[in-house]
Amino acid sequence: MQSERIVGKPVFRKEGLAKVLGAARYVDDISLPGMIFGATVRSAVPRGRVLSIEYGPGIPWDEFTIVTAKDIPGHNYVALISNDWPCLADGVVNHPQEPILLLAHPDRHLLPLAVGAVKIEYEELPSVHSIEESESGETVVWGEDNILKSYLLEKGDVDGAFREPGVVIVDGEYTTGAQEHLYIENNGAIAAYSEREGVTYWGSLQCPFYAHKALMAVTGLAEDKVRVIQVETGGAFGGKEDYPSMIGAHAALLAMKSGRPVKIIYDRMEDMAATTKRHPSRARHRTAVTKDGKLLAADIEFCLDGGAYSTLSSTVLSRATIHSGGAYHWPNIRVRSKAYATNTPPHGAFRGFGAPQALFATERHMDRVAKAVGLTPEELRRRNLLRTGETTSTGQVIRQEIDLPGWMERALDHAGYYEKKARFDRQNPDSLRKKGIGFAVFLHGSGFTGSGERYLNSLVGVDATADGRIRVLVSSTEFGQGTNTILCQIAAEALGVDYDVVEMAPADTSIVPNSGPTVASRTAMVVGRLVHSAATGLKQTLIASGLLSETYTTTELQEAARDYIARHGALCSMSRYEAPPDVYWDDQKYSGEAYAAFAWAAYVAEVTVDLTPYSVTVDDFIALQEVGRVLNPVLATGQIEGGVAQAIGYALYEKVAWDRGLMKNNQMTNYIIPTSQDLPKIRVYFEEVPFEFGAYGAKGIGELPMDGPAPAILNAIAHATGEEFNAIPLLPEEIAERLASRTSVAREMAAV
Amino acid sequence: MRSYPADYDLIAPPNLDSVLQLLHDEAGQWTPIAGGTEIMVLFGAGKLAARKLVSISLPELGQIVDDGDSISIGGGCTFTQIRHHAGIQKHFPLLAQCAAWTGGIANQNRGTIGGNLANASPAADSPPALFAYAAELELISVRGKRRIPYEQFHLGYKKTALAPDELIRAVVLPKRFEKALGYGRKVGPRNAQAISKICVAATGSLRQGRVEEIRIGMGSVAPTPLRLLRTEQVLQGTVPNAATIAEARRVLASESAPIDDIRSTASYRTLVAGNMLEEMLHVFAGASR
Amino acid sequence: MTVRQFSLRVNGTDHLVAAPPMTRLLDVLRHDLALTGTKEGCGEGECGSCSVMLNGVLINSCLVPLAQADGATIVTIEGVCGQEKLNRVQRAFLECGGAQCGICTPGMIVATLHLFEKHPHPTQEQIQEGLNGNLCRCTGYMRIFAAAEKAASSDSGAIR
Repeated sequence: MQSERIVGKPVFRKEGLAKVLGAARYVDDISLPGMIFGATVRSAVPRGRVLSIEYGPGIPWDEFTIVTAKDIPGHNYVALISNDWPCLADGVVNHPQEPILLLAHPDRHLLPLAVGAVKIEYEELPSVHSIEESESGETVVWGEDNILKSYLLEKGDVDGAFREPGVVIVDGEYTTGAQEHLYIENNGAIAAYSEREGVTYWGSLQCPFYAHKALMAVTGLAEDKVRVIQVETGGAFGGKEDYPSMIGAHAALLAMKSGRPVKIIYDRMEDMAATTKRHPSRARHRTAVTKDGKLLAADIEFCLDGGAYSTLSSTVLSRATIHSGGAYHWPNIRVRSKAYATNTPPHGAFRGFGAPQALFATERHMDRVAKAVGLTPEELRRRNLLRTGETTSTGQVIRQEIDLPGWMERALDHAGYYEKKARFDRQNPDSLRKKGIGFAVFLHGSGFTGSGERYLNSLVGVDATADGRIRVLVSSTEFGQGTNTILCQIAAEALGVDYDVVEMAPADTSIVPNSGPTVASRTAMVVGRLVHSAATGLKQTLIASGLLSETYTTTELQEAARDYIARHGALCSMSRYEAPPDVYWDDQKYSGEAYAAFAWAAYVAEVTVDLTPYSVTVDDFIALQEVGRVLNPVLATGQIEGGVAQAIGYALYEKVAWDRGLMKNNQMTNYIIPTSQDLPKIRVYFEEVPFEFGAYGAKGIGELPMDGPAPAILNAIAHATGEEFNAIPLLPEEIAERLASRTSVAREMAAV
Repeated sequence: MRSYPADYDLIAPPNLDSVLQLLHDEAGQWTPIAGGTEIMVLFGAGKLAARKLVSISLPELGQIVDDGDSISIGGGCTFTQIRHHAGIQKHFPLLAQCAAWTGGIANQNRGTIGGNLANASPAADSPPALFAYAAELELISVRGKRRIPYEQFHLGYKKTALAPDELIRAVVLPKRFEKALGYGRKVGPRNAQAISKICVAATGSLRQGRVEEIRIGMGSVAPTPLRLLRTEQVLQGTVPNAATIAEARRVLASESAPIDDIRSTASYRTLVAGNMLEEMLHVFAGASR
Repeated sequence: MTVRQFSLRVNGTDHLVAAPPMTRLLDVLRHDLALTGTKEGCGEGECGSCSVMLNGVLINSCLVPLAQADGATIVTIEGVCGQEKLNRVQRAFLECGGAQCGICTPGMIVATLHLFEKHPHPTQEQIQEGLNGNLCRCTGYMRIFAAAEKAASSDSGAIR
């Protein structure tokens, strides 16, 4: 491995100074002259027809700008994949909180009162609120059969394998609940319109070009009359991949009608109730395993609750389908997956994107399979984890040199697994505080699935300005995960200049090319690699021009750049995505090279289950992952720690309380995420097997940490208590109910 | 932010006497606001019915006074003051503990014990300790002062014995628990910044293995903070063992009335309340050996 | 329409603010005084991103009405480094990766400084407790604890 000057070093976060000074400017910190404020009137029913809208007394309605579906100049949908997501409901609503009309006024405080004064009458229609209700087909709320999308993935002869004599068949059902992103900065948008410039949208968002496409469709304006600018974004986690197109369209419509810049900022209650969440899931595993613990076949039925419109359900389902096989070699596997419509605000992208749901089920199930054939969980993994040269569930050959059993062993070793497992087994019978240790081994595909990256066709630039600054031109955005830092590190390294002279061009669609959305753990691997080649191109241009010699200092390169620009007008090097060779994906058969690369991991959780309040504390956590190359150790460690914390929340704390599609606990006081006093020390270890086609060998890491903690923790709880829990979030109330029924206390209670 | 600030008035008379006079003269019109950690949440959510507020952040209410026989905590004392007071830590450690697990640090710096008691949430953290320490409340109005045992303060869900023009002048704790055994535990959805699902505080003593004195307060198992009088009675004079614990659990379940709500369930609360009672008795029995 | 005048000393500068008495201190800071470093994350005193120092004490400014802050001395993130370019907590946050998206960072830094005033050399438990009212969704808190420890062990002063 080469040793680099900047890549691999813990350089400071590029925009870190502004952040620690409190000078970073997020959407609500920005004001434009003449700006007014917008708000949204939303459906109070899960499904129905709008019969009437009345504007109640006590509000100076003549001072308001009001926008309904009738005012939409372009198409009334928020463009994403299928165009079934209305920008504003037009007579019919399909989920609580669906936007119906928009209001704007100069007095920010008046808006909530105005929203409350709009009286809407509905004719309610039957609605559907779970996967089971939707799949029964009794009430059809979307399409012909409520099915937003379905996939069939098949490898080998599954039915034949199940008929093999002597196989042990193991069944399991696993469910996961919705999860709220809870970025600390709520969704917000500012839009301005003029006939000359068109619409400009300043947003808290991940994907400027997604919003650009959506605003073109809603406004009917031409490509160069829509401009999207990402401003400092206070957390996203996928929640600002799709939704910003909606809020941006709303702000744009109000700006167009009022003739003034309009700012819409959601408060926490609105953001939680009305915007996207992680898809709830249900997975049914049926596994055929030989008596000596070789996995023979999997028959998996996997379902997602997609909410009222299709939005991103097809792609979340796709990733879940492909990841359902986990990190194992399956000679035969079938995954039948469906995304069902329900009358809930549409679910959307959330870190992991279907993989956390699928891998929760698989990794819980593997412990169950181990038990069924009398093996330890670790021995079952040893006999079945993928090896170099074997094929995944989609028939993709693993070409990288991987050592999953070795990495698993290393993680178990760091955790003190064997010693602790034995010690807890000895000590638990005499204690009300049961200790357990459990683990998960898993994978996460980096980048878009299959031909996705080809379709995105990303374009990246590196340029120099007349005063000698070097800029990275990408539409990839920073929202805490370190985009700005690593892309500048890569450019500086490739150019041979100091990190400090490289900066990011503003994430403004009128300035930067479309390097694809900032999702799918693709930024370091795919976009980073393009930054590397664009930077290399810029250096080569300067050398070829004779203005720069083969070895040079930072200052010399800057001078050469200035000279070049003085002579030629500009200095910019562009690089377009090229698929790595041998990446073939069959969308019909759902087979082939699903991802250019996988990152691999083994996570170990140590827990205490306190039988007095039945609460679970995670006491120690090992996160070991193979990621190709660690571009910045401080940032990478921070990503893993943060992802593990969010996944501990997913497993043990974060429950959405639904009331027919309405989130009842839509406040931070009753939607519970871990505080500084709830988390263990999270111990992070990296392995590196450089990926040839990733920037400096890097693969993606942003989503990986979301996949492992929940099954590792529930496996640990099973060890601690002897009870199998298969649904998350797992709250003390559920544990109490199950454990209490095992003890005499319950008999006493029943007698009362 | 869902309220219109200009629709509200908030005045800050300079001393306690002028506040009490106002509450009397314009009875029912002014709502007292102390630290604001409850009222301002309602305000932010657009749910504050009161339109006229009077600040009771007053120096007369903000003192902790040790007069030898008792400690008197002014109604305007913050949870930060309470938890860090040396006398309270020594004589009433359960109360210091309850103050420490009320909200987070920033909210402890503003939230007051008087405001908390007047707000009368059954989930409040301090009331169990006030039961355990035989607290009395000193109430004050233009008519003068009166003292009531804390057991007489809560009349029903969010209904207290405060007259419309009365404030909580002080919480008075008698210094007779220095040798008592103590037990306190809060169960919330997480370790900090949490509204309790159930909380308990108890003081007691054992003689020759038998329960001699016991006082148990519990939160979130009834419409008001609850003193478990019948459970105390059934434990009086007994030796904690499997049978007496089982009986105590039965009585506890019958004298409490927890509900299903957004935070938890009735059956969980009943179960955990019994578990904490059992844990408490084990702690007391162990400590007195 | 209740508008009155209130006086505040914010980051060492005196201000007169004319506003309704129930205006949240958070809104006064952000809108009347254009100090946008203090953030609104929840409006219910749970997330701590609005935390500032009021008369030397850490509070959630979304829960303080202006009338109760009349005459108070307030320090926000904009005022924590005094004459220096960066104070030791800010420097430590940069070195340790304590800020990711940055939205919780101002409140987190103010809370850390408040912690140091009570515990100049805090233990891990004291750090965890001192920051228990500041929620972070990005970091999992580890890098923030590391920054607090690093800042506690460095020399230069607290809030001026």
